[in-house]
Amino acid sequence: MAAKPKLWYFHGRGRMESIRWLLAAAGVEFEEEFLETREQYEKLQKDGRLLFGQVPLVEIDGMELTQTRAILSYLAAKYNLHGKDPKETVRIDMYADGTLELMLMVALAAFKPPEEKEESLALVLKKAKTRYFPVFEKILKDHGEDFLVGNKFSWADIQLLEAILTVEELDASVLSDFPLLKEFKTRISNIPTIKKFLQPGSQRKPPPDSHYVEVVRNVLQF
Amino acid sequence: MSGKPILHYFNGRGRMECIRWLLAAAGVEFEEKFMEKPEDLDKLRNDGSLMFQQVPMVEIDGMKLVQTRAILNYVATKYNLYGKDMKERALIDMYSEGVVDLGEMILLLPLCPPDQKDAKITQIKESTTNRYLPAFEKVLKSHGQDYLVGNKLSKADIHLVELLYYVEELDPSLLANFPLLKGLKTRVSNLPAVKKFLQPGSQRKPPMDEKGLEEAKRIFRIK
Repeated sequence: MAAKPKLWYFHGRGRMESIRWLLAAAGVEFEEEFLETREQYEKLQKDGRLLFGQVPLVEIDGMELTQTRAILSYLAAKYNLHGKDPKETVRIDMYADGTLELMLMVALAAFKPPEEKEESLALVLKKAKTRYFPVFEKILKDHGEDFLVGNKFSWADIQLLEAILTVEELDASVLSDFPLLKEFKTRISNIPTIKKFLQPGSQRKPPPDSHYVEVVRNVLQF
Repeated sequence: MSGKPILHYFNGRGRMECIRWLLAAAGVEFEEKFMEKPEDLDKLRNDGSLMFQQVPMVEIDGMKLVQTRAILNYVATKYNLYGKDMKERALIDMYSEGVVDLGEMILLLPLCPPDQKDAKITQIKESTTNRYLPAFEKVLKSHGQDYLVGNKLSKADIHLVELLYYVEELDPSLLANFPLLKGLKTRVSNLPAVKKFLQPGSQRKPPMDEKGLEEAKRIFRIK
């Protein structure tokens, strides 16, 4: 019997959160080891477990995978969330890559000085409202289906829900001009595995606070 | 019969060059439409051709693809440069992402303010010799095979060799202590399709010069 995937990261969202979302949505139980000290991190590096010396690290199926997108693609394929053919896969990739870029902007903003942080987050909101959400609203309108690609739940839907919820934390009214995205949000949030992940006590992590930023800076020494 | 892929970008490397390399290495002929002024980008946007208002955009198989990674992965799948199964694909992705991380630093160097440039170059060189090249050298050493994954040419090898050319442009001495990487570079460069691409007159683009930088800034309206 296969062991559960094991995630190595800080106790916070960062670059690991999209991976947690994907595993949770796929109904896959996973374990987590949290990096809290420089020593833990240096041990991982010295043991040769981090190909480029970086986390996220996910131990799965006998592999030690790093690089967020490599991990996400593997999981999407493994759990049948990556489309039924290359044309569906490329659409999922385009949509997921777009929303992932937004998530990474939010993750990085936490580490900027206050003024720059505000600018960054304002830019995230602007891009969400003018560049990304209109596209997804149109996609849903054009095909009238429940999911973004191929009338089937995929990684793209999970990534979009994560983006919507994250951006709503910045501005609760962000979906006011996007009725189909509002319905999408409700619909995807009600999928049993996702509903469970959205409840308190799940492995979903809270937005970054100053303690989280401090731990990361201390462990990665920057 | 479907036409050749059409690449929409400006006449420079930027984020399109890795796609040119991959298509060329796969022996795929492609056409290019170069944006020369901001109005050309506006037109693509207004036509609804750019999903997220950005280039690169590649017309292929009846689709208008954006997002560099999505495009590369589609091309790699189509031309069998993506391994034989999911696990090989994961390794290929992991290695490719490492190449992108270092490649991104080099790509953005021309946009670095002049007073920060020297420090940035030092940082890039340090990352190259301490983090990235050792990782790839170790992979090749671990299995002793000709290519990074599955004893077969994949997108990971093509991306890495492209990067090695840029590293060499930055400072040839950076490759000195990496014999297996030098071997990979030679081997891949000698593949007929790649050899052709490396010759003058191909669609490979030169390093960005001052004029090219000004043009790019103008087209993308970067101050």
